[in-house]
Amino acid sequence: MAAPGAAATDLEVVRGKRAALFFAAVVIVLGLPLWWKTTETYRAPLPYSQISGLNSLQLRLMVPVTVVFTQESVPLDDQEKLPFTVVHEREIPLKYKLKIKCRFQKAYRRALDHEEEALSLGSIQEAETMFAEPSEQAEGSLTVYVISEHSSLLPQDMMSYIGPKRMAVVRGIMHREAFNIIGRRVIQVAQAMSLTEDVLAAALADHLPEDKWSSDKRRPLKSSLGYEITFSLLNPDPKSHDVHWDIEGAVRRYVQPFLNALRAVGNFSVDSQILYYAVLGVNPRFDPASSSYYLAAHSLPHVINPVESRLGSSAASLYPVLNFLLYVPELAHSPLYIQDKDGAPVATNAFHSPRWGGIMVYNVDPKAYNGSELPVRVKVDMVRVMEVFLAQLRLLFGIAQPQLPPKCLFSGPKSEGIMSWELDRLLWARSVENLATATTTLTSLAQLLGKISNIVIKDDVASEVYRAVAAVQKAAEELASGHLASAFVASQEAVTSSERAFFDPSLLHLLYFPDDQKFAIYIPLFLPMAVPILLSLFKIFLETRKSWKKPEKID
Amino acid sequence: MAATAPLSLLVLLLLGPGVWGQTEPPRDSLREELVITPLPSGDVAATFQFRTRWDSELQREEVSHYRLFPKALGQLISKYSLRELHLSLTQGFWRTRYWGTPFLQAPSGAELWAWFQDTVTDVDKSWKELSNVLSGIFCASLNFIDSTNTVTPSASFKPLGLANGTDHSFLRYAVLPREVVCTENLTPWKKLLPCSSKAGLSVLLKADRLFHTSYHSQAVHIRPVCRDARCASISWELRQTLSVVFDAFVTGQGKQDWSLFRMFSRTLTEPCPLASESRVYVDVTNYSQDNETLEVYPPPLTTYQDVVLGTRKTYAVYDLLDTAVINNSRSLNLQLKWKRPPGNGYIHYQPAQDRMQPHLLEMLIQLPASSVTKVSIQFERALLKWTEYTPDPNHGFYVSPSVLSALVPSEVAAQPVDWEESPLFNTLFPASDSSSYFVRLYTEPLLVSLPTPDFSMPYNVICLTCTVVAVCYGSFYNLLTRTFQIEEPSKGGLARRLANLIRRARGVPPL
Repeated sequence: MAAPGAAATDLEVVRGKRAALFFAAVVIVLGLPLWWKTTETYRAPLPYSQISGLNSLQLRLMVPVTVVFTQESVPLDDQEKLPFTVVHEREIPLKYKLKIKCRFQKAYRRALDHEEEALSLGSIQEAETMFAEPSEQAEGSLTVYVISEHSSLLPQDMMSYIGPKRMAVVRGIMHREAFNIIGRRVIQVAQAMSLTEDVLAAALADHLPEDKWSSDKRRPLKSSLGYEITFSLLNPDPKSHDVHWDIEGAVRRYVQPFLNALRAVGNFSVDSQILYYAVLGVNPRFDPASSSYYLAAHSLPHVINPVESRLGSSAASLYPVLNFLLYVPELAHSPLYIQDKDGAPVATNAFHSPRWGGIMVYNVDPKAYNGSELPVRVKVDMVRVMEVFLAQLRLLFGIAQPQLPPKCLFSGPKSEGIMSWELDRLLWARSVENLATATTTLTSLAQLLGKISNIVIKDDVASEVYRAVAAVQKAAEELASGHLASAFVASQEAVTSSERAFFDPSLLHLLYFPDDQKFAIYIPLFLPMAVPILLSLFKIFLETRKSWKKPEKID
Repeated sequence: MAATAPLSLLVLLLLGPGVWGQTEPPRDSLREELVITPLPSGDVAATFQFRTRWDSELQREEVSHYRLFPKALGQLISKYSLRELHLSLTQGFWRTRYWGTPFLQAPSGAELWAWFQDTVTDVDKSWKELSNVLSGIFCASLNFIDSTNTVTPSASFKPLGLANGTDHSFLRYAVLPREVVCTENLTPWKKLLPCSSKAGLSVLLKADRLFHTSYHSQAVHIRPVCRDARCASISWELRQTLSVVFDAFVTGQGKQDWSLFRMFSRTLTEPCPLASESRVYVDVTNYSQDNETLEVYPPPLTTYQDVVLGTRKTYAVYDLLDTAVINNSRSLNLQLKWKRPPGNGYIHYQPAQDRMQPHLLEMLIQLPASSVTKVSIQFERALLKWTEYTPDPNHGFYVSPSVLSALVPSEVAAQPVDWEESPLFNTLFPASDSSSYFVRLYTEPLLVSLPTPDFSMPYNVICLTCTVVAVCYGSFYNLLTRTFQIEEPSKGGLARRLANLIRRARGVPPL
């Protein structure tokens, strides 16, 4: 009677064991993956290795320079060697992870007939008008003409000339080493017209460690797809001054040509407003000697803040705003002058604030008060004002004065206020800045995503990241092959895509889901379920071990 | 804006002087107006209107130049191709029964409606962007406007301005009743005024007084209007309006006299030099026939009569541009005095401060004989701070009983007695007059239960479900893995032996 009972019990025990093992198997094979899959945050794959590769990116900025030799510029046997190409490459020392190399690719060739003809003219201006007619040169490329040593095209004491277009003239030399000497002169001129350290340092000011570059180089606006320019006339005392300004005409005549020339850099929109009762934040000091009021240089930073709240941000776009304020001081504080650090009045009576804009103080002619009752009608001399504002605009866009080589004749900008090669310099600087910004954004995004595993990475965020990486690489390639315009476009795309990925709101969805709350939810379910399984597994394990040991004992 | 640098001009750009055309007459104008209306309930309503008119076709011009018209709103009109925009932010509710009909109606909270030009292709997208931008400009939560609270009315909300064709698909309307209006909404609104808050009527707009009122409504209306009688071209009109109702009892300590200074804590000092018209109207209608019950100081130079909202009204007019109005003291403080105070009684109300001080309301009322007088106080149930909630079982919150103190006429005239000699029970309250006696009655305390959010609900649900699942699972698990067998009764157990021992001692057969 005991035997069948025991057999039945044994059967039961084996069945129980199997059931427990099956439970454990289901939990491990089905339950765990299911739990893992359903609670997993979706993270699309990202090109992490490529992003970290961007940090050691080598930027090679290629400047194609065409060097054209006229007859009698170099010895005859040297002329025989033409045409050929010389590459001059040097690294730009910056304390930055991006290694930037500047590469001047000089293509030497002989002058064509019409070029000979133009360069044999009497003055450089005439020659320039001859050259201006043929097709425009590509952005970023330069043409340097080498003329004979004794040519009267330039004044005798001048060695070279830099024109408003992408063109320069250098004197040749009759010498055994003519190509070397001329090559050095050409490099000097080409550097002045294209890339120098300070241009790049200014562009990378935000990314460089604080040092001598930083403080005064942070003047230019950050690169953006577009800019809003707002001219504001501040009239704090409408009871005394009835100020009129012909801003429509001034913008049409002076600002639009400049902005049209800068069209490649971004979209611009211009507007103007008049603000009444808008006062500066600082009370001017009275100077009894000249019976005038003055704003000292150290108080200028405090001038802007109270005004700014009145200016109103641009409601209609997200582009950075450049403010140009024309301040007509109150009657009680007229005339008002701005002093520089040494206490001397500033000739233009204006100052600018980096990345913000400029302020000009416009004093009303004291004669206007004689005999007429208040308010005095004031008509603003827009030429005077626009000269200052345009100069400030150039500074705020980082169009600095070039460092000219010695004995160089320099023609000023034409009516639009900017030279073609200055625009190229701006494009180079902006491209490098964009690339640095995009790289930094991508790197920090990758770091952030690596550090916080809760962040959801959606497919569209991932595709933006891929696009940004591709655009950075494309921009670097285009820069290396000397296609400045397309490199700039690609760098803009890189910045836009990387920022869009970085600021995508979907990244934040599951960020605040702390671990202790997760466990508080899991424990009531998982603990009572896991304990029996673990216990029975443990028991099975013990029994199995016992049954393995038993046969040995019998032996 | 830390670093600034005086500009040393390295490049002086030489600009050729252009031909200077004659400047046109100003194409924009500003009118401002304040209407003060004593309301039937004794409160005072003040309605400001600032109207900027600009003879310009905003949509056409690429480069825009603004003078009196605010740039922020002008850019909105051109960017989103707006035809009309109406935004109102209101705190409180206009009680028509006590205050009469308002000049400017607005619902509580925020109301926004806009008509778009028929060139707009995706109206919903523009509407969404517009509400977001407006929320930035006015610091209001208009960004919560989305498809769930936006409607396109087809019959009401016709364009208020010039309109050709009213295709209602270009209209959007939304209300956010929950919006709380406060100083941060007023400041950007004031910034849009050409004279800011420095001169003219806008001097009176002081936030701490304007929000200390029973009703506050500010609005912006933009619409196209005819430029002239021929209506060949359009002008844009921006109306900024603000209505407030001052509670005369709270601010005036029970008196209904008011003055500009008492209401706004400011007086008018100078007109806005940019305004072509700047006037204050005081409603003196209801009282002028009634034998000079009130007087306005300074006496008005002119009065204006018109039919407004169906009734004939008389207004005292003060033109700020008239130099005689702002007198030698260089400020205008309009005052209104009631010669015979309407009604009698005394009401003292001291509002509560949260967690600092309770409400106090005292009223002196003469009750008619055999009448029922009800005093009711409206209150709102508020949510407490989450640490202030009492544990789950609690009574609620107690409101202390009301007190009624009265002198009741005595039926029998009592003899004047010596206060020291008479029994103690009769002399706690000194009787001033033998014909009446003093009574003080207390009402029951009031128990108010405040809404309590269930803080632990989500976790309870999780715990309960998990426990149920775990219990089911555990039973299944045991059923499937354990072996069940019938236990043979054995001679075991300490208890059993103990029981048998006792049984034997008792002489009962053992188990």
